[in-house]
Amino acid sequence: MQKAIIRESLPDRIFLLFIYLMLILILISVAYPLIFVISSSFSSSSAVIGGKVWLWPVNPTLNGYEAIYNYPEILKGFLNSVFYTVLAVLITVSLTVLMAFPLSRPNLPGKGIWMYALLFAMIFNGGLIPFYLVVRDLHMINTIWSLLIPGGLNIFSVLVAKTFFQNGIPGELYDSAQVDGCNDFRFLGIIALPLSKPILAVLVLWAAVGQWNSYFNAMIFLNNPDLFPLQLILRKILILNNVEMTSMTLSPELLLKFEDMKNLLKYALIVITSVPMLLLYPFAQKYFVQGAMIGSIKG
Amino acid sequence: MEASERPQRYHRKGRTLGRKIAMNWQLYVLLVIPTSFLVLFNYLPMLGAQIAFRNFNPIDGIWHSPWVGFDQFNQFLNSPYFWPILKNTLRISLYSLGVGIPCAIILAIAINEVKHVRFKKLVQLATYAPYFISTVVMVGILQIILNPSTGLFGQFGHALDIKNPYDMLGSPGAFPSVYVWSGVWQETGYAAVIYLAALSGVNPELYEAAKIDGATRIRKIYHIDLPSLIPTFTVLLILGVGGVLSVGFEKVFLMQNMLNISSSEIISTYVYKVGLIDTNYSFGVAVGLFNSVVGLILILIVNTVARKISNASLF
Repeated sequence: MQKAIIRESLPDRIFLLFIYLMLILILISVAYPLIFVISSSFSSSSAVIGGKVWLWPVNPTLNGYEAIYNYPEILKGFLNSVFYTVLAVLITVSLTVLMAFPLSRPNLPGKGIWMYALLFAMIFNGGLIPFYLVVRDLHMINTIWSLLIPGGLNIFSVLVAKTFFQNGIPGELYDSAQVDGCNDFRFLGIIALPLSKPILAVLVLWAAVGQWNSYFNAMIFLNNPDLFPLQLILRKILILNNVEMTSMTLSPELLLKFEDMKNLLKYALIVITSVPMLLLYPFAQKYFVQGAMIGSIKG
Repeated sequence: MEASERPQRYHRKGRTLGRKIAMNWQLYVLLVIPTSFLVLFNYLPMLGAQIAFRNFNPIDGIWHSPWVGFDQFNQFLNSPYFWPILKNTLRISLYSLGVGIPCAIILAIAINEVKHVRFKKLVQLATYAPYFISTVVMVGILQIILNPSTGLFGQFGHALDIKNPYDMLGSPGAFPSVYVWSGVWQETGYAAVIYLAALSGVNPELYEAAKIDGATRIRKIYHIDLPSLIPTFTVLLILGVGGVLSVGFEKVFLMQNMLNISSSEIISTYVYKVGLIDTNYSFGVAVGLFNSVVGLILILIVNTVARKISNASLF
């Protein structure tokens, strides 16, 4: 290593310097907007509006977060989203494994039909309205099932999981298990799944991030506000600028901070919504990279 | 065909096939539930898309509404909205593809050049993070930062003593750029991972040989790294081109407002408004189907061309 560095030629060193500078610039431009929003959420609203926040919080307060605490709609949406995310993970991961495992077995008669059906569905679809009509005819409109069932099968996940099962579980293992009288159900449950922890982690994370961050299905399928996931409430507050903070629920001393809180609400809300996924992610990064790599292998 | 000539063999083959199916019955049991999802939510809507050729009314339903042939399509192709929204859709998606793919490749190659492990990890961790932010939050951040009076962008304007800072989110001219570059900010780190995976598969002997031949880093990138990225690049390009007409509804819809609508109305947002909001189902489906069919044709064309030129293709 040491030697290699000494042997770098001058043009190479200049080039490397350029690469490092570029990456540092990219680092700053990726991180800065995030730091700005986080710092603003902890600053006083006068500092935020007056443009005094550049990097670190100015006149630190927690008013934005208190505003969230006093906004029942947000709390409810948060809990709804947690609930939907847990269910969506269970449903999507089960469906993925059930589809991917049989298709990963070599010599399964009819396997080709399934593979073509999956690939075709990936590059062609009937469009939004027929999809909506199917969900409507199944009487799922305005129920939580509309968020979980119609999007439950993720074809891309199935193909990635299938590739994993195919390459990650040796065929000899299956043969010897069969000799020992192990059937397919038991093989999947006792041998294949315990060997598939990395891919299961990837599937769980994809499903969780997808459900937590989505708003579209909720927007078209739900009109009962009690069922709204967090992203839909966020849309109302962040995008449509529709803040319904009633001072009714606030105590007198909080009333003074009312305007202050209203201004900071958006910043705090962005932080609160993104934190669960961002916390998940450093632990998950290893698996995400693995998943993307499996996905990039053709087959 | 062969079977009629050699009936006996066919018979035996049929029996083994039947036995094979019977032996694997448990695997088919596993497939039942996910396959019904596939049929219900992917293939049933394709059948439902036939209402594009009918004049849908709720009483007669999908199968019995009067047949009108290509009327809905003609109506769409001749409507004054057709060219503007097609142009908007293509502008946004080709701009995204043209900027997004090179950015991801450049980032992947740059990260690959770094030998300092900690710095490498830090860059990957940071550039990857925005991918986990939801579309709603992304657009919310854009609104906060680009707000001409209170946002960061406005503050820069004040600092530079510009009297009337530009309202980026309310300007049709800026819309495609705001859309594309915020997408680059959010997704490049994620997209680069796939290229990094391809780079990590390069045979190290190639670099050794290049080093012995006295190749500079730039030459190694040009002669080793870039060619090794071509298969990945081709597959992603095919998928991207196939999706040019179905560019992400979610973000465009959230970024739309009365001021920028002339450049932000795209096919998918139009389908949503005409079809679901105005409940003009047949017309909406026709527009959506136009979208899907053009996408499919484009994928097939690009795939064939790619297979001929570079031997790398999706299928």
